[in-house]
Amino acid sequence: MSALIEVLKPGMLTTIQDLGRSGFQKFGVSVSGAMDFFSHRVANRLVGNDERAATLECTLMGPALRFLSDATVAITGAALSPRLEGVEAPMWQSFEVKGGNVLSFGECHRGCRAYVAVRGGIDVPVVLASRSTHTRTHLGGLDGRSLQKGDIVSSFERGAYRSSSRFISLFSEKILASRTLRFILGPNDDHFGTASIEDFQRETYRVSTHSDRMGIRFEGKALTHCGSAEIVSDAVPFGTIQVPANGQPIVLAADRQTTGGYPKIGVVITADFPVLGQLRPGDKIRFHSISIEESLDILNSIEAAISTGYSEEDPAAEIDSL
Amino acid sequence: MKIYGVGDSSLCVEFGPGIDPRVNQRAIDLAGQLERLNLPEILDIVPAYSSVTVYFNPLRINRMNLSSRLRETMNLRLEGAAGSARSHKVPVVYGGGFGPDLETVAEMNGISSDEVVRIHTGTRFRVYMLGFMPGFPYCGIVPEKIRAPRLSSPRTRISAGSVGIAGAQTGIYPMESPGGWRLIGRTPLTLFDPKENQDSMFRFAAGDSLEFYSISEEDFYGWTNRLEL
Repeated sequence: MSALIEVLKPGMLTTIQDLGRSGFQKFGVSVSGAMDFFSHRVANRLVGNDERAATLECTLMGPALRFLSDATVAITGAALSPRLEGVEAPMWQSFEVKGGNVLSFGECHRGCRAYVAVRGGIDVPVVLASRSTHTRTHLGGLDGRSLQKGDIVSSFERGAYRSSSRFISLFSEKILASRTLRFILGPNDDHFGTASIEDFQRETYRVSTHSDRMGIRFEGKALTHCGSAEIVSDAVPFGTIQVPANGQPIVLAADRQTTGGYPKIGVVITADFPVLGQLRPGDKIRFHSISIEESLDILNSIEAAISTGYSEEDPAAEIDSL
Repeated sequence: MKIYGVGDSSLCVEFGPGIDPRVNQRAIDLAGQLERLNLPEILDIVPAYSSVTVYFNPLRINRMNLSSRLRETMNLRLEGAAGSARSHKVPVVYGGGFGPDLETVAEMNGISSDEVVRIHTGTRFRVYMLGFMPGFPYCGIVPEKIRAPRLSSPRTRISAGSVGIAGAQTGIYPMESPGGWRLIGRTPLTLFDPKENQDSMFRFAAGDSLEFYSISEEDFYGWTNRLEL
């Protein structure tokens, strides 16, 4: 372990995340983890890490980070105008940073969350099998909180790595451009009338400013319950579209509680979690119901892109068949 | 019993409607059996009031196969599935600044505060599930005479150890948090200690039973605050 990064400015919300804290939900422990698993995993691969290594998740306004020693870095996800020593830094490809260099971020052009991976991975203690930060319960990351000015972030030491790996799959583009959340209907669709289920897929919904890592809240045509607006509490997976009494859907995300008591009209498909994680307040989207089979086909192509969508590993591969 | 999908990566096994100790025990038993099978395709197992939700990797196991696997597991009725439940005694200072809603709960039910305390300490509760935050026990069933609905506007800050009532449920906040349950008292016990090892990090587990008893403010401050299991 070695001190690698000094936080000069924390940005709006920068947290250490990995793929989440599974296995302890039965004790009420939230999963947390990267909001956009796709960008997180690609960033790790670009610097030669295991996909489960911890990265920095930077929200809307990125941080300013001084590197204390040389490092291999990759930035993926939202376009937050990264700059290395004031010069535009590349995204979706690995590059070398020298000790003393400052990586900063500017205007957010697209998306909501960028991921910064460093070769070796961020080194913070593993708490309940994960390094992910859950700020609400102060678990994981750096003292269970988001980064603050003056923090020193360490990384695991790994040998040098090729610095030219580049992600070329069009999925990176598609995720930031998508304005559709595809979902599997149910299991509590019987709590809503047919008209409401149609409205839900016809109307446009706007991302509310009250959205955060727990859930993305939407504003639009209110959905009507035809029975009770409460169910006996049960588990709520990532992507659960729950509808409280006011009829405005909330899509639960990484920092959600483990259980919930509102009817679930549907659950966003796994392959669209990255789309959800990149939405920002004001974005307008539509919900579209698909079958499990379709959802798994899409997931398969995303997984293929994550493992093979790089210019170095297989330059001849055609990865544009989305 | 029915099994249904929740999105593309989880299956829920539901044992019945409503809140019932036997139904809840079946859910807890299945969760325990699945944990013992330790299947690599299963990512997490979450028992709740009347269901168990199984999170899985859909690219590693077909949902129909998993569904059959769940049915088989239920039919196995593995030895020692039950019997791990523990009993807990939970000391509580009732009323005053420790339980700011005690009087309201009493008034709502047309009884005295002492009577609320007597009923709350005289009932053996079951921990139906943990949720909301690490170590938060959802306990029931609260006798009708001391039930009270959630606050219409939740408090932004509740102290760790606060004991609350929400309808037929009673529970304890393991850490400072916002919350809408009516607070009738506070325990000095630590419910969740992330510094402990994983086996003793959480005081309660689903299926445990729990009895409250009344202590004084002096007892509260003198309490040796450690996880006593």
